[in-house]
Order: sequence, then structure tokens, then C-alpha cells
Amino acid sequence: MNGKPLVSIVSVGLSKFGKLEGLYAREIFAEAAKEAFDRCPKLDPKNDIQALYVGHMGESYEHQGHTGATVADWIGLGHVPATRTEAACASSGVALRTAICAVRSGLSDVVMVGGVEKMTHRPTAEVTEYLAMASDYPFEQWNGMTFPGLYALMATAHMHEYGTTERHLAMIAVKNHFHGSLNPKAHMQKEITLETALSSRVVAWPLNLYDCSLITDGASCLILTKPELARKFTDMPVNIVGSSQAGDTIGLYERKSLTSLAAAKMAAKKAYEMAQVNPEEIDVAEVHDCFTIAELIAYEDLAFCKPGQGGSLIERAETKLGGRIPVNTSGGLKAKGHPVGATGTGQAYEIYLQLTGQAGKRQVKDAEIGLTHNVGGSGATATVHIYRRG
Amino acid sequence: MRTTEQAPFTIEQFYKHINQGKLLGGMCTKCGKVHLPPRPLCDNCYSQDFEWTEIPARGKLLTYTVIHIAPVQFQSMAPYAMGIVQLTDGLKMPGMIRGIALEQIKIGMELTMDFGTCAATQPWPQWPRYYFKPA
Repeated sequence: MNGKPLVSIVSVGLSKFGKLEGLYAREIFAEAAKEAFDRCPKLDPKNDIQALYVGHMGESYEHQGHTGATVADWIGLGHVPATRTEAACASSGVALRTAICAVRSGLSDVVMVGGVEKMTHRPTAEVTEYLAMASDYPFEQWNGMTFPGLYALMATAHMHEYGTTERHLAMIAVKNHFHGSLNPKAHMQKEITLETALSSRVVAWPLNLYDCSLITDGASCLILTKPELARKFTDMPVNIVGSSQAGDTIGLYERKSLTSLAAAKMAAKKAYEMAQVNPEEIDVAEVHDCFTIAELIAYEDLAFCKPGQGGSLIERAETKLGGRIPVNTSGGLKAKGHPVGATGTGQAYEIYLQLTGQAGKRQVKDAEIGLTHNVGGSGATATVHIYRRG
Repeated sequence: MRTTEQAPFTIEQFYKHINQGKLLGGMCTKCGKVHLPPRPLCDNCYSQDFEWTEIPARGKLLTYTVIHIAPVQFQSMAPYAMGIVQLTDGLKMPGMIRGIALEQIKIGMELTMDFGTCAATQPWPQWPRYYFKPA
């Protein structure tokens, strides 16, 4: 690969993220799709869109499977091949990569890719059990492990090895809530203090309530095409120049390292190579902060800093708006929210806004190159995408 | 050591051994890799020929957490500690840590495995649970 565009994003859509009472997943997706159609008047959805890929984690939430067809039907695309992808929290990161493959293969010129999850109507205990399904059952869950518990194991290991502190983790929460306060579509739009984060209820020590992402409803989508067709649809395309996915053991306990996600590291390395971009060149990134420790580890896995330096990166506010490499300007999973299936393409939505100068109060000045990092479970799936202003 | 020659190298069988108070892994007879938990297909050389091998049920604590918000079936035990334990030859297992005050748990401490029995109160899987406790 030589850094040339793989595909172009010609439009994007995102529903409001939050507690969307009385709405079914397909209806939430329709809200995101409508925005994408409205943003791109030159697109004739029924005739131009040739395939749909949708990330969705759990049919248990709504007693509804067959998500591809269900969603396609509700956005007037019941006639197109519609495929659901599932890779836990990386479901739509994987959908995005699959959609890129579909365009690159030459089978489809224009595709829609997105994701959706409707979660908030279920009791928290039930949602927690559904989310735990992303991890190993017979050894981890069976013996009492929870999903926050897995990231807490990484946090303890990171603290032990590098001297990372609970304060560092709380700083990430405070930063992402500040970013979320600037995003009108975020689930939580209120700033929090360091004291609030540090004194919140313990979920899985050393992780507190404010170290955990939100249970959220939401949908996101993108419309992709071949780079040579992009200008037919829009004057401001964003090109995807790197796309990578990697895997690891399903059980956290089998990993060589407990302070880094090998899959994310590998995916990042491949994506940087493909895009011919160095980590120092990234202007803005959306990373998978399902827990604050996950964002800190992402800094290191994406080579924004050296292993063990994540704590000092946040301490120096380098990942805050105005810093060297703003991370999660949308508020991230932490404050924007984490409707699991919608997260991967929701990250791409934010990068599209940033690279086209449409991010409003949270705009990163002159952002030209962006990155998204979407992780499934405790790291058995990871996708990394790199974007360039077209 | 061929303890149960005919037994399949499955998760179900792993827990049958736990029920008998034994920690057994599957050693690939072709490449020698020991799988703990066992698998029916060697992920290194793709052989399906294994021998059961007993793993010393003790090791060092690599990392841990204290679960405060627990799944329904564990709520009566919360807060409780979960850890990952380094056994011999690079093998690791996750599990609950019991028999020690939570604040006394330290990374690097020696732990041994304790074996529960199967309560058989639910449909399949009816597996026993194992725990770690101070050596």
C-alpha cells in the first residue's frame, strides 16, 4: 500500500446518543440514515446505494435478530444486500472494514455502513450480563469475572508496572466529560470534577463508576464510495487511507501482556503502514474508552507515547482539546455514550466532522489526518482506521 | 501421565477433573505444547492427539481486581477478588481469590488452587468452580 485512498466517505449520520425512550433500534438507525441522506443531496439512496453493512451486538435487548434486513427495510433499502456484523464492541469497526472490502473488491460502487444498539430500556444488571458475553464464558464469566473486572485487571497490572494512578484514570474521565459538554449529540453533556470521578462508587477496583462508559441508545452511519466517484456526490469527501483489523485470544488470561492490547498494537502498525502516516502526524483521534484505562492503554498501543507514558500524557493535557493530539473530542464512549454496535462508525462520524471543519465548539484547528480505534471485548478484536481530508 | 485415555479434550472434561480435585491440561503428543484449558485441536500444529498432563495447582498472582458490582449469581459474595495466576511453563488461569482479607492481596503472592464441587442446580453447564487461596 502507498497511502492512496482506499475509499471516500461522502456522507455521515448520527442519531442523538442517550436514553431514547420509546424508540426501536431500526427507528434510531433511520434517524442517523436521514441525516446522511440530507447531507448528500446528490445521492439518490434507492438507486445509488448497493449494499448495507450494520454492526449490532445483541439481539437479546429487543428480542430482534436479523438486523441487516430489519434496518435495511426501515430505511427504504429492503432490496439491497444487507449484512450484519458482530464483534462485540467492535461490531461497526468490523462493519466499516467489511464495507471497505466490498468497495475495493469492485462488487459495489456505493455502500452504506453503520451500527446501532438499543440498550437503556433493560435493567442495568441485565445489560451487564449481555455485555459480559463479549468475554470468555467457561473460565472468566463462570468463575465470577465481570466485564469491568477484565479492564480492572489491566489497570492493576498497568499501575503495578508503570506507576499509573487512579488519578490519571480520573483525568481521562474529566477530559472526556469536558469534550462531551461541547457535543450536542452526546449522552452526557455535563462537566465533572476530578473529585467527583475519584469519589464515585467502586465498580471493580481500581475502576470507579466514572471510569466506565455509559449504557446508551444510538445509531451511526457513513456512505462510502470509490475515491474516483467521490466528487460526484460531495465537494468535501474524507478519504480512508488505512484500514486494519487484528485479533487475539478470547481469554484475557492467555495473553502475553496485561498492560497492552496486542491486537490493537498490530492493527495500528498495519494501518500506519498502509496509510504511510506516522503516529506524530495524527491531528485528532477517537479511541475505544469503554473504560478510562482502555484509553490510557490506547495512547501507548497507538504510539501516541511510549509504553508506560500514558499517565504523563494525560497529566500534561496533551490529549485534551488544544493539546498536541486531542483524543475523543466527541466525548468518547465515556460521555458521548457507548451504544455498542454504533460505536465504531460513530467514531468515524466524529473524525469526518473534524476533518471537514464541522465539529463546532470542539473543532480541532486545521485537522487533516484522523484515526479511529475500536476494540471488541477485552481485546480479542481491534480495528484501526486512518482518515485524510479529501 | 495417561490418566483418562479415552476422555475427550474438552472444557466439559476439564471441569470433570476439577470436580475430582485435579488440574489437568492437554499435552499435544506431536509438538509438545501444553494447553490449559485443554482444546480438541492443537493451535500450534493442528494435531488432535493429546495426553492429559497434571499441572501443579499453584502459582504467582499476576494481577487482580475487587469486584463490587457482581453478576446476579455472585452478588451475595461481593465484594470479592478475581485474579490471573501464573502457573508453571507460561500457563495462566483466571479465578476468584478467597481465604484472605481483600486488602492483604498483593501482586506476586503465592497462591494454590482450591477445588469446589458441582452444585448441579442449573441446566448444562453443570461445572464445579475452582478458587485460589494463599499458599
